[in-house]
Amino acid sequence: MEMEKEEEELFVPRLVTTEENFAPGHRACIGCGEALAVRHVCKALGKNAIIVNATGCIEIISSLLPQTSWRVPWIHTLFENAAAVMSGIESAYKARVRKGKIPDKGVKFVGFGGDGATSDIGLQALSGAMERGHNFLYCCFDNEAYMNTGIQRSSSTPYGAWTTTAPVGKKSIGQATWKKNMPEIAVAHKIPYVATACPSYPFDLMDKVKKGVEIEGPAYIHIFSPCPTGWRYPTNLTIEMGRLAVETGVFPLYEVVNGEYRLSFDFPDLKPVKEYMKEQRRFRHLTDDIIEKIQARVEKEYLKLREKAGVK
Amino acid sequence: MTKGKIVGLEGSFAVAEAVKMANADVIAAYPITPQTHIVERLSEMVAGGDLDAEFICVESEHTAMSACVGASAAGARVFTCTAGQGLELMHEVLYIPSSMRLPVVAVIANRALSAPLTVWCDHSDMMAVRDIGWIQMLAENNQQAFDLTLCAYRIAEDNEVLFPTMVHLDGFYLSHVIEDMVLPDDEEVAGFIPEYKHPFALDPAKPVSMGCYGPPFIYPETKRAQEVAFENTIPKILETWKEFGDAFGRHYAPVEKYKMEDARIALLTMGSCSETAMLAIDEMREERKEVGLIRLRLWRPFPFKEFREAIKNVEVLVVLDRCVSFGMGGPVCSEVKSALYDQRKKPNVVGFIGGLGGRDIPIEGFKYMILRALEKVKAIERGEEIEMEMIGIRE
Repeated sequence: MEMEKEEEELFVPRLVTTEENFAPGHRACIGCGEALAVRHVCKALGKNAIIVNATGCIEIISSLLPQTSWRVPWIHTLFENAAAVMSGIESAYKARVRKGKIPDKGVKFVGFGGDGATSDIGLQALSGAMERGHNFLYCCFDNEAYMNTGIQRSSSTPYGAWTTTAPVGKKSIGQATWKKNMPEIAVAHKIPYVATACPSYPFDLMDKVKKGVEIEGPAYIHIFSPCPTGWRYPTNLTIEMGRLAVETGVFPLYEVVNGEYRLSFDFPDLKPVKEYMKEQRRFRHLTDDIIEKIQARVEKEYLKLREKAGVK
Repeated sequence: MTKGKIVGLEGSFAVAEAVKMANADVIAAYPITPQTHIVERLSEMVAGGDLDAEFICVESEHTAMSACVGASAAGARVFTCTAGQGLELMHEVLYIPSSMRLPVVAVIANRALSAPLTVWCDHSDMMAVRDIGWIQMLAENNQQAFDLTLCAYRIAEDNEVLFPTMVHLDGFYLSHVIEDMVLPDDEEVAGFIPEYKHPFALDPAKPVSMGCYGPPFIYPETKRAQEVAFENTIPKILETWKEFGDAFGRHYAPVEKYKMEDARIALLTMGSCSETAMLAIDEMREERKEVGLIRLRLWRPFPFKEFREAIKNVEVLVVLDRCVSFGMGGPVCSEVKSALYDQRKKPNVVGFIGGLGGRDIPIEGFKYMILRALEKVKAIERGEEIEMEMIGIRE
C-alpha cells in the first residue's frame, strides 16, 4: 500500500499536467464529483479552449462576482442554450478565420452542462448543434438530479431514487421512470464521437476529452458525477461511488467512435447493484423486489451494450 | 447629396442588402412569417458567395438569439431576424446581450401574437420586449428599413454603446411590399460602418469570464451601470443619424414631425401606417384643421426630450396603439402619458387602439380618431371619465 502511494506521487505528475485551468477556491460542496470531473476535463483541454457553461452547480460555484475560477475564456448565459451559444462561438471563429480577421490557432470549443441542462431543458439546443455538425465537444456532468436547486428529479434520475420532487410516500417509490439514455441519443445523431466517463477513472476521462476535442465534428461525453449532497452518502465515498457504478454495470464506460462501440472497461461478472446502492440514502427505502427489478434491467442493458461492442 | 442607384426592392430584401453591405460574419435565424424573405435572401447570398458569412440554420428562435450571443461574444458581427411568436420565444435570451453588452443586431418584421393564430402585423411583439434593454427603432418604409439596419450596426457596435439593437419594420406592409429606394454602393457603406472590435471578446490569449453569477451584494450595481449606459446611448444615436444624413442625404430623428409647425392637435403613430396618417393630415389641413403628425422613430431608449419638445404647443395629443396591454389600455399611450406627467403644460392625451392583427387603418380611420378625440376632450372637460377605444370593431 505504502509502495503504491509512493509510486503514485512519483509518476502521476508526469502523466498529468499540474496546471489547473479550473482554479481551486471555488464553492463546490465537499466531495463534489462534478467539480472533480470538471478539473480533470480542464486539465485535458489545456489553455487553448473556450468553455460555454449552462446554468447549474458548476456555473454558480465557479463564477460568483467579482471572482472566477476560470483560467480559460468562459461564458455562461442561460440554462438551456449552452450548445446554441457554442454554435455561435464556433461559427464566429470559422467566419473570422476565413475572412482573415484572426489567425487559426486551433481553438477548441467546449460546452458544459448538468444532466438537467443536457437531457431535459437543453436537449433541443444540443440536438440542433449536433445535427448541424459544429466542431465542438459537449460534456454532460450527470449527477442525476437538479442539485443546484435542491435535488429535484430530472429525466436522468435513476429509477427508484428519492428526490424532492419524486419523494417517497405511500403511493410513490421515488423516481418512477427509468433514466433517460442520453449517450444513446447522442449516438443516434451519428456524430463521430460519443463516450461515457467518470472521475473515478481520471486517465480514461482525460483520454476521452482529448479524443473528443481532436476529432473533427461534434463530440459528446457523458460524465457520471457522484453527488454526496444529493445522493445522501458520506463525502469521502465519491470515488468509490463512481467505481461501484461502473463495476455494477449501472454506468458502463464506453466509447462510440464513428458508430463503432468499444467498452473502456468490461466486467464479465458485474457486482450486484445493491453494493452500489447501499451507501446512498436516496435508495434506502427500496425493497428487495424493486432492487431485483433494477438488477435485472442493469444486466439486460449491460448485455445489450456488450453485444454492440462485439464482446462475446 | 443622395448617392447610389434607384432600385425596386421589397422590405425584406432591403434589409438583406443592408446586412450584406455591413459584411456580417454570422447570421443565425429561424424562418417565421413574415420575416422569411429576409432569411431566404440571406441564405441565397451566402450560398452564392455574395456574402462571406456563416449562416447557422438553427432549430428555434431561442437558439438563433443564443447563437448570436455566442458569436458576438467571440467578436463577430452578427445578425438575426424574426417576428411575433419568434420574438416571444427569444424573449428569455434577449436580456443577455443587453446585460452583457453584446451588440447583436436584429430586424423584426412586426407581427401580432397568438391566439388566435395570426401572421399579420401589429405591434404586440415589439411592445412585449420594450423593457429588455435593447435599442429599438422603427421604419416606415423600405428605404428606412435599409438605412436603419445600417445605422443599427454603427450604433450597436460603437464601443461607447455596445447595446443590442432592433430595427422594426411592419410585417407584410413593408416586408412583402416592393418600393423604389436608393441603394448605395458597397464602398460608401464600408466607409460608414467601421470594422467591429469588441473590447473583451472570448479569446484564449486573453481569458475573460462572461455571464457570471450576481448575488444581491452586486446585482443592483450591475443594473444601475446598465441603465446609465443605456440612457447615454441617445447622443450616439443622434450623432450616427447625423453622420448618416451627411453621407447619404437622408435624415432621421428620434421623434419625427409632419406639419407640426402650427398644430394644436397632434396624432402620434409608429411604423408603416404613418404614411397613411400623413394623407389624413393633408386632407384635414385642407379642411383648415390645425393638425399635425408625430412619429416615434426611436422607441427605446425613450426620447423624452425630443418628444416633449415636439408636442410643446399641442393641446390635444391623439395616440394610436397597435397593441393591447390587457387591463391597461395601449402601451404607447400609457408611456406617453407618463412622459408628460411631470410637465407643467401638457396636452390632453386621448388613446385609441387599432390595426390589430393586420386590420388596415384607412385614411378615414385616422380622421375619425382625431375628430373623436376632440369630442372626448370635451367630455374630459365636463369631468367625465373616458375609456380607451378600439377603432373599427364590429360589436
